[in-house]
Amino acid sequence: MASSPTDAAIALTRLGLGARPGEIERVAADPRAWATAQIRFQGAPQPSGAFADTAQRVAQYVDYQSDAGLVRRDRRSAPQAGATSTPMAQTAPAPDADPEAVARREARQAARREITQDTAQEFLARAQLGATTDDGFAERWALFWANAVTVSAVKFASGAFVGQYEREAIRPHVFGRFEDLVLAAEQHPAMLLYLDQARSVGPDSMAGARRNAGLNENLAREMMELHTVGADGGYTQADVTELARALTGWSIPTARDQRQTARPRRARMAAAQAQPEANGFIFRLNVHEPGDRTVMGKTYPAAGLAQGQAILRDLARHPATAKRLSRRLAAHFVADDPPQTLVARLEDAWTRSGGDLAQVARALIEAPETWTPQPAKIKTPYEFVVSTHRALGTRPQRIQPLRQALFDMGQPPFSAPSPEGWPDAAADWAGPDALVKRLNWSRTAADTAQAADPSAVAASALGPRLSDRTRLAVARAESRPEALTLLFMSPEFQRR
Amino acid sequence: MTALNMNRRHLLAAASAGVGLAFAGRVAAQTNGPANKLVVVIARGAMDGLSVTVPYGDANYVPLRGGLAIPAPGEANGALALGEGFGLHPALAGLHDLYGQGQMRFAPAMALPVRIRSHFDAQDVLENGGEGLRQQTDGWLNRAIVAAGGGSLKGLSIGAQTPLILRGEAPVSSWAPGGQVRGGDRIASLLQDLYVEDPMLGQNLARGLATEELVGQGQNMDGEDGRLRRNDVLGLGRAVARLMSGAEGADIVAVSLDGWDTHAGQRAQLQTRLTGLDQLVTGLKDGLGETWSRTVVVVATEFGRTARANGTQGTDHGTGSSLLLAGGAIKRGGPIGDWPTLADNRLFENRDLTPTMDIRSVFKGVLRDHMGVDRAALDARVFPGSAVEAPVMESLV
Repeated sequence: MASSPTDAAIALTRLGLGARPGEIERVAADPRAWATAQIRFQGAPQPSGAFADTAQRVAQYVDYQSDAGLVRRDRRSAPQAGATSTPMAQTAPAPDADPEAVARREARQAARREITQDTAQEFLARAQLGATTDDGFAERWALFWANAVTVSAVKFASGAFVGQYEREAIRPHVFGRFEDLVLAAEQHPAMLLYLDQARSVGPDSMAGARRNAGLNENLAREMMELHTVGADGGYTQADVTELARALTGWSIPTARDQRQTARPRRARMAAAQAQPEANGFIFRLNVHEPGDRTVMGKTYPAAGLAQGQAILRDLARHPATAKRLSRRLAAHFVADDPPQTLVARLEDAWTRSGGDLAQVARALIEAPETWTPQPAKIKTPYEFVVSTHRALGTRPQRIQPLRQALFDMGQPPFSAPSPEGWPDAAADWAGPDALVKRLNWSRTAADTAQAADPSAVAASALGPRLSDRTRLAVARAESRPEALTLLFMSPEFQRR
Repeated sequence: MTALNMNRRHLLAAASAGVGLAFAGRVAAQTNGPANKLVVVIARGAMDGLSVTVPYGDANYVPLRGGLAIPAPGEANGALALGEGFGLHPALAGLHDLYGQGQMRFAPAMALPVRIRSHFDAQDVLENGGEGLRQQTDGWLNRAIVAAGGGSLKGLSIGAQTPLILRGEAPVSSWAPGGQVRGGDRIASLLQDLYVEDPMLGQNLARGLATEELVGQGQNMDGEDGRLRRNDVLGLGRAVARLMSGAEGADIVAVSLDGWDTHAGQRAQLQTRLTGLDQLVTGLKDGLGETWSRTVVVVATEFGRTARANGTQGTDHGTGSSLLLAGGAIKRGGPIGDWPTLADNRLFENRDLTPTMDIRSVFKGVLRDHMGVDRAALDARVFPGSAVEAPVMESLV
């Protein structure tokens, strides 16, 4: 493959997170090989930092939950301030004199703060990885899959696990088989809590017959609609309910399970009812709905955990899944309304390889549509902020300014607005207010870059993609901050 | 007619009682006075109508809902009475005051023209105003701007992203709290030079800066300085009111409120969400001052939730839900549309509240009576293919 600075500039922005100083020259020797070399069986690179793994976080979360139960009990037993209790009054601390109750409440608040801060640090570490990595394509590829099976931190419970989710359920699988990725995702505590699966109970299960509890079909529906075959994938409400029945028992450990695991003899007794798996997942036979299930015309015999897994594997292998995700990939990497030829190439690679995401990634890199010079996509706020750091050769140092900037631009950390994930079109990200907020961020970033030579930054960040118009505007600016602001707000920097 | 005797015929009679009382707002829409104002609030995630306009008079309500049922008026944490066997959720005290003043109406059993239970597909239909999926690429509120004002009405969305409902041919602006543009003029004109071949970026940035300017002026006038705090919904309502005031103020506004997908722990979540909704409307009313008399606020959601509580103190995706109307331009009246009842044999697919009215009928009624959009434009352009769904027959404003 001939050396091509133009293709290098395209690869680093369209398939990566923007060029760092000197990167275009390095990649120019063979831009396709640069991307292909990042396809590794072990998955995408991991953010660095001493973070809790899923099992440790489950233990923390379970502690927090049992403390929360005690605090609720304290609050109920404390005298109420007045009869007219508004929602605000209910969340205010109850006036009680019991020092133990006060200590418990404070401990619980501290535990919650600690978990929230951990998640914020996870996000900072991810952004630092994005700003510094040489494997920009693998990083973008991982971000795509995390968004395709979104867990959002809009709920505290799912936010507590979202860092572990990305590191343990997503990144290791992004160049493996899709069905393995989706199975790891759906069984992770983050997803089970985010989409309310952890508490769903089969009405005719051992526990359901005793308790006033029942099905919650949230995860079942989104599994079909968003994670696999899609809303027009040919399933009915009855299929959703059947899948919800099959998934009953997919849960996370409670304080009781943890105590039992600590005592081997009782653990053996408990094993008949609840089977702890790796990664904080537990299958509870006593809430699992007994019986065969029929989903999309196929009957799955009763098999406990394996029943739901078998259905999920079939959904992952369904042609509608290949079609839907191929289109979503093409729309994410290449154009809001992607060329049908590209979608067909990805779908073909998916189908021929049985959903091997490494083969799909290769097909994307090899497709001629990926290399059209005209950029069709607007960067997401996260891509924009990270690419600004890359252009300057810096990395974000603190979470707060990063969080505020992304919040203002409409993409707060780990907090997609719905299970559908972040939207992915120019109309979603480049509205009037969003551009004002991008301008604000550009000026902030430009103000901090005291020593940069704006013309050199423009050349190294965009290479042959830098237009004459932008190059001149940067050169003629009245100050260094003004020059960098113009660069970051230029069409070629905003687009990829 | 006691609350316990809540049936379909009864509500039909109630709904038709107010027909024919005209209101000045309708005239204003057709003259050259200041434009009427319309705010559409989208409750995203499927708002549980059965907790918002509580049908406590329906004998099946409490058996279906169990612990999730909102108690009847007069009981502890009970609904706020609306008459006809309905009550408002207790968190909606501000809206209930408006009801007492004849400035609030509700439609208890409303749905989209299609029966789908996907949030995303349903929100698309709610916003694009089509009969089904993917029939329009722009939003009905944008098409209403074109049809109503001949291009003179100004549209605005609240939030960092422009929602589908307001996307389309008519240029609209957007605004979200947080951050002040600094410096301004020089960088703005330099950027316009860079954007000569990228009109999308150029036009959107210019509109965003103009809106920011408007907020800045308002803030100087009333002495507020800082940014809005993240959960300050009352402040958000007032800020939106500021953006709707003055000669350059917006006439048609879209606001999204998230977090209505109450699959588990519904009671506490709804308390928070509805308190926020109530504060938003109250903030709008406070901030709009006399303009409130020319304003209609519509609160709509993509679908309702299951009639029965699920196994996790929540509800799953359903069909019929409530729609709320508030504003100084609203005319006093009872429920809009029939009540299908929650009897077993009346539930849609044996699980959901059966809708008795197409949500487009209410939108069309508001656009006709309040914004002066004629029937032909409503049927053909704003809601293509909706001729069979007449605007709500009674005058809403």
